[in-house]
Amino acid sequence: MVMAAGLASLETSHAGNITVTGSDTLVVLAQKWAEVYMSKHPEVKIQVSGGGSGVGFAALQKQSTDIADASRSIKPAEKISCVKAFGKVPTEYKVALDGLSVYVNDSNPVKELTEEQLADIFTGKVTSWKEVGGKDLPITVYSRENSSGSYEFFKEHVLKGKDFLASAQTMPGTAAVVQSIASDPKGIGYGGAAYGGGVKALGVKKDANSKAIQPSEQTVLDHTYPIWRYLYNYVNPDLDKGDVAAYLKWIRSDEGQKVAKEFYYPLPEDLRTK
Amino acid sequence: MKYAGGRVVRNPSARPFEFMAPTTNQIALNAPDTAGRWKGMRRGHHWRPFEWLVEKGILLVSLSAILMILLIFLFVGREALPVFLDGLNTANAQKVIPVEDMDKHSAAELQAYLGLTPQEYAKMDAQTRHTVMEIKLEELEGASQDKDTQVNTASWRYMLFPYQWTGYSTPVYIWQPVSDIQKYNIVPLVIGSLKATLVALLFSVPLSLGAAIYVSQLAQSRMREWLKPGIELLAGIPSVVLGFFALIVLASVLQAVFHYQSRLNAFVAGIALGLTTIPVIFTIAEDALTSVPRSYTQAALALGSSKWQAAWKIVLPAAIPGVFAAVVLGFGRAIGETMVVLMSSGNASIVSWHIFDSTRTLTATIAAETAEAVQGGAHYRILFMLGTLLFVVTFVSNLVAGLVITRLKWKLGGKR
Repeated sequence: MVMAAGLASLETSHAGNITVTGSDTLVVLAQKWAEVYMSKHPEVKIQVSGGGSGVGFAALQKQSTDIADASRSIKPAEKISCVKAFGKVPTEYKVALDGLSVYVNDSNPVKELTEEQLADIFTGKVTSWKEVGGKDLPITVYSRENSSGSYEFFKEHVLKGKDFLASAQTMPGTAAVVQSIASDPKGIGYGGAAYGGGVKALGVKKDANSKAIQPSEQTVLDHTYPIWRYLYNYVNPDLDKGDVAAYLKWIRSDEGQKVAKEFYYPLPEDLRTK
Repeated sequence: MKYAGGRVVRNPSARPFEFMAPTTNQIALNAPDTAGRWKGMRRGHHWRPFEWLVEKGILLVSLSAILMILLIFLFVGREALPVFLDGLNTANAQKVIPVEDMDKHSAAELQAYLGLTPQEYAKMDAQTRHTVMEIKLEELEGASQDKDTQVNTASWRYMLFPYQWTGYSTPVYIWQPVSDIQKYNIVPLVIGSLKATLVALLFSVPLSLGAAIYVSQLAQSRMREWLKPGIELLAGIPSVVLGFFALIVLASVLQAVFHYQSRLNAFVAGIALGLTTIPVIFTIAEDALTSVPRSYTQAALALGSSKWQAAWKIVLPAAIPGVFAAVVLGFGRAIGETMVVLMSSGNASIVSWHIFDSTRTLTATIAAETAEAVQGGAHYRILFMLGTLLFVVTFVSNLVAGLVITRLKWKLGGKR
């Protein structure tokens, strides 16, 4: 075990080795980025792992990772931990756009909801589909584990800080949420735009009089779809040079964003590197 | 030849070699009256240092196993200690200190405000301290204005008793640690664990006891030969595979049969848990039933009873302590099982005894939330406290089972 620890520490300090860890939302995209980049630059080795946005920040603070993926922005307490650990605030880079879709079963007649109705459903004020224009069935709410960045984002921006209802079923990942809703006609849940199959995404409208917006590349890019967020990479400013800096630049270049398009929505032109 | 408490004690004045003559009783190999011939490295008339070394090595290995259990308990307990000593405080009673007023406060005040130890504070230069002050300002300004931020939610009163939080209409038990107001009530989790375990035991105890009685008392020996290993094969299925099976197959099947609302609930998790406890209960109960002396069964059969009557009325009552120990061990296994409940229970932290409601167990909570909990924070320590709780419950239940099994062996072996 001591040998393994020694070998592991050798790995990270070896030139041309980049460790990336953090968000489970980003992990599939991060792996694809690493694959494409390594095929173009064979001397660089990139290791990608997930675990959650919080895991990424904890690893950044412990200095066991070069880059932390996150599906939410860093919290002040985490910033202070990083300053305590290596004396600087981590540099933030926006790497992609994501729209959190609200999913319902294909057989559900409801096609759009207002933000207020969404908040009421997910906090438990509204318990029947009849109240929002659907069939007379109780609503089954599917949420994510509280270690998920998507959970925190949805709570902050859609529920406006209120609690999720206690009887929301918590699933380990977006794919699990989608799968549960696909087999439950009464289900509703949220998840990243990357995993949609067998369910349909609801249109979201700001209030009862606005137009319902479906999540798509256009609506997320111009922010007309209300539930959008950036996906981030954080790095220790002292490590932001050489291979790591080149990789981070490549992610935000047109090439990297072409890869991001397969899973999420690419950055707008003004945020990309040239 | 004197008979003293089960040992053969030869006439002490007899010749030295005579004690080595074999008898059917136990020979006291380490009796003090053999003039130190088995003390230390000596074995009789020869020095056998290698044997002594091997003996000490085995002793060390077995002690290290006990040591490891102790160390695990110490580590988990140490991380959880602040919870038991009421050392956690999540109340946010801090007043904002504007960054410009930084120089007006003493170092000690700033350390308390920023949550830094004196060493950490001393390590920072003025620029860094300024940055930290700005971040702290950002944190306090972004904090919730809710009245409940003044409450220490990590105290035992909020962890065990219901409370009416802002936005709720009645006092409720809420476990929602990731929130502006962190809610740490453990009652839904404890009830969830107990509910899933209860369903598991209700499902598995009749099945495994029935199988144990059949295999040990009623089956032909040829059938017994493949039935016993077959049931014990269930123990070889990894729990994650069982959890996956429950999530994909069992949940859909049971929903089609019972038509309840939540596809993943305590019932599904309990059945899947039962599949993991069946081999545990079966193996030990079957051993207990087989250890009942054959003379009991033979006497009953000779007096005209059927095999079933002998098994049910004679053998099972005689083996009750062992069967009880088997059930207790099954309980310990079920309450500590993680992967199965994580995947198939729905993980909704509600207080409800209805078995068709989703449930959140202690083990699934620890597995799902530890990765994101800030190290050393209140959430982290409370998760470790839950781990300690589980450890104590499983440890006590295994201890009770072990004691009961030992007592059973004594009783059947004639010892008082």
